Amino acid sequence: MAFKKKSSGGDTVIMKKDSLIGKIRKDYQKNYIVIYMMLIVVAYYGVFHYAPMYGVTMAFKDFSIARGLMKSDWVGFSHFINFFNDIYAWRIIRNTLLLSLYQLVFSFPLPILLALSLNELRGKVFKKTVQSITYLPHFISVVVICGMVVEFTSQEGLINDIVEMLGGERVSFLLDPKYFRTVYVSTGIWQSMGWDSIIYLAALTAVDVELYEAASIDGAGRFRQFLNVTLPAITPTIVVLFILKIGKFMSQGSEKVILLYNENTYETADIISSYVYRRGLLNADYSYSAAVGLFNSVVNLILVLTTNKLSKKFSETSLW
Amino acid sequence: MVVKRGIGSYIFDFFNVVFLTLLSIICLYPFLYVVFVSFSDATQLANYSGIVFKPVGFSTAAYEAVLADPDIYIGYGNTLFYVVVGTIVNIFMTCIAAYCLSRRNFFWQKPLMTMVLITMFFSGGLIPHFLVVKGVGLLNSRWSLILPTAISTYNLMIMKNAFQGLPESIEEAAKIDGANDLVILFKIVFPLALPTIAVITLYYAVGHWNAWFNAMIYIQDRELFPLQLFLREILISNSTDQMMGDVATAEKEQISETIQYATIIIATVPILFLYPFLQKYFVKGITVGAVKG
Repeated sequence: MAFKKKSSGGDTVIMKKDSLIGKIRKDYQKNYIVIYMMLIVVAYYGVFHYAPMYGVTMAFKDFSIARGLMKSDWVGFSHFINFFNDIYAWRIIRNTLLLSLYQLVFSFPLPILLALSLNELRGKVFKKTVQSITYLPHFISVVVICGMVVEFTSQEGLINDIVEMLGGERVSFLLDPKYFRTVYVSTGIWQSMGWDSIIYLAALTAVDVELYEAASIDGAGRFRQFLNVTLPAITPTIVVLFILKIGKFMSQGSEKVILLYNENTYETADIISSYVYRRGLLNADYSYSAAVGLFNSVVNLILVLTTNKLSKKFSETSLW
Repeated sequence: MVVKRGIGSYIFDFFNVVFLTLLSIICLYPFLYVVFVSFSDATQLANYSGIVFKPVGFSTAAYEAVLADPDIYIGYGNTLFYVVVGTIVNIFMTCIAAYCLSRRNFFWQKPLMTMVLITMFFSGGLIPHFLVVKGVGLLNSRWSLILPTAISTYNLMIMKNAFQGLPESIEEAAKIDGANDLVILFKIVFPLALPTIAVITLYYAVGHWNAWFNAMIYIQDRELFPLQLFLREILISNSTDQMMGDVATAEKEQISETIQYATIIIATVPILFLYPFLQKYFVKGITVGAVKG
């Protein structure tokens, strides 16, 4: 390896005399088919990823479709200033953060618990059955899931049937801002609990059986084995996933919110991404909502970069 | 295991099984409920109170109403198109991109990698994306659901790792035998990486099947709507009127519920049909993805 490095280092010295253009020319002769492939890929990323990144400059302009992006006037930070003075700014930031917080508190621990429970099972068939059932909601489209949620939580729906049986009053859950977060988070648990447990199960099955054997020879009972072998085995996974979740704190997806909210529940349901969608695409308020979107992307970027650094520090694992 | 088991261990096992059984019931019951109600008789169901454990009465009227609705067929046809053509484009684009990124001794490998990775962390956001799709004239065209999502960078990274994991010697031998990069990609790399490609194909296909948001913002023409958009109308906006024809208004409310549930079943059957298969490969995909790039 060391030898190879030396020789390639030597090569580059000679190459430098060759100049960069000579290098590119040589590479073209050798790899021209790969270069043609690359051009297709670059065209795709250019049009559908980098053009929108350039388009985000409209956040600093007074964009109008008629004049086009180039000819629109620069307005500096005025859209951002307008946003922070907007009466809805605080509401959508708060709602985004609270939804993330509730998800972290309620949906994060359950997959871990499920994985640990499954790991203690002896019967293979039962384990497989539980897994198949709990993974199922993950594969159902979000439209169908939300359709079921709308039906179940309506006045005549299943949830209200149960509430009434238990002696409660019927409530229209999705028309009352009080319940939006509860509905959103609890159905989120139903959707993803099983699926999210897979990564923990993978960490658990990677544990060397000899560790358990050694522990039992040393006289450790089942509980001790759990404390001293199983838990330490998944702690790194838990830490990394927790940190990554924090990195996504401000990036709530809008799909489920848009399907479940309505004018009555905007107070608790409207989040940054759904607001951008409404202002931008329904009211055609392009520059303003691009500015709100940009604010959100920048916060997300900072969060992801910070948490990734943290994750690197706490363990060997990181996103890249 | 050779451990002596105390009484506590048995008690734990018992409660563990009870816990998991309850959890499974909670996960599964909503789907069973949908099945039961969809086969129920609307009038009997309206008078029924309590938990449903089997269809209340039995009627296939809801299914007949759904299957008589032309929208469902339009949606199914369009979704089939988006899944098949979309996934083919996805796999082709992802394969050539992964091939470029997995080349050693390729001058542009690093710049390309940087270009791709940046998009994982920063995006222009919804509005600029919409305006670009509009700008290149894809608005209200089938391609608006296929081209902008041609490569998922996450899937690309999985594919790139798979390509890189293949033994170098085979490619070198092929090169000496005079094979060019196209031959190497489609005749050697592609078949060797087939297990990973299968996983990625399923990821893309299920993604297309379930997608609705892009269709909602890019497509206005009902003839081009994917199934999910019709579902949204029927399930979320509650528009079952056109399926019920000349039913009296009082009955409408009752039959509307069973129609909605029947629609859910009809729209989900393909996924359920493929479920055992999907489950196996998706789980594989998670473990593949967990390998660091």
